[in-house]
Amino acid sequence: MSVPRRPTDPSGLERYYVLTKGRSGPGGSASSLDVATLIVSRAAPAPGMQHEHAEIIRRCREPLSVAELGAHLHLPFNILAVLLADLLEAGRVEARDPIPAHDAGRGPDLALLEEVLSGLERL
Amino acid sequence: MDLKGFDQPGSAAAGETRSVKVMIAGGFGTGKTTMVRSVSDIKPLTTEETLTQASADVDRLIGVADKTETTVSLDFGKISINDSLVLYLFGTPGQERFWFLWNGLFKGALGAVVLVDTRRLASSFRAIEEMERQNVPFVVALNVFPDSKDYPVEEIRDALDISPHIPVVACDARDRTSSRDVLVALIRHLKERSAVVLESR
Repeated sequence: MSVPRRPTDPSGLERYYVLTKGRSGPGGSASSLDVATLIVSRAAPAPGMQHEHAEIIRRCREPLSVAELGAHLHLPFNILAVLLADLLEAGRVEARDPIPAHDAGRGPDLALLEEVLSGLERL
Repeated sequence: MDLKGFDQPGSAAAGETRSVKVMIAGGFGTGKTTMVRSVSDIKPLTTEETLTQASADVDRLIGVADKTETTVSLDFGKISINDSLVLYLFGTPGQERFWFLWNGLFKGALGAVVLVDTRRLASSFRAIEEMERQNVPFVVALNVFPDSKDYPVEEIRDALDISPHIPVVACDARDRTSSRDVLVALIRHLKERSAVVLESR
């Protein structure tokens, strides 16, 4: 009899496959997620919810960036994006994209730059 | 919506908080992670992107049949600007050949700092080219290492072949105030650019 193989998957691919139910990328509103997008919970975790979903909701009671969530949950961006897409669709979290310095419609946002500047000068 | 036993929405600030992002670019070993670390309010973190599909494309290009998985890392930190605004700083991946895989890495960024080691100017050429190609506004920060020679800024500007309106500042990436001053120089530069755009309307 051969020695039983260890059930670990060093690449983490199996775990990701299970977490995402085999989906490789997010659809809908989550496809525009940025590493600096803030995620904010809009509802409590539901009973019987997938552990990772509940964990995201718990951590995002205060706004947290996608990058921070990824670091805390040890999940790569694309896997996390699939999980966030589920929560966004269910209305359990809200996503706020980073504010760009230049809005296509309004032009440069001088007030925003002024706000950032005074914040930095207070450091 | 079930909010029972859930303390959210809590503070008024949490309800309105938004983010902005700034990229820290530059060649390998120019001090990107050091700068993120010195100026961040939080202990800097790393987030990872697993690139399976994209690396498959690369593999095809070089004639390798097997699909491989590549992980690129982004070091990042954050600065609280005020109660409702957070600045995220992202150090670009050390392996520059993966930059193009970072879909939208620079999209939505206010701008970028390109760090330059004056002892190895060429290591940051690629980063500068990339900012110009992606039309990302940037400042150049000369990270002064203990054994760096004192170069006149104009000489370095010539060597890097950057246009005269782009600010070049010296800094010590290990120092919080010095790194903060680089970010201040970037935001001032962005304001000046914006003012020019607004005046020309």
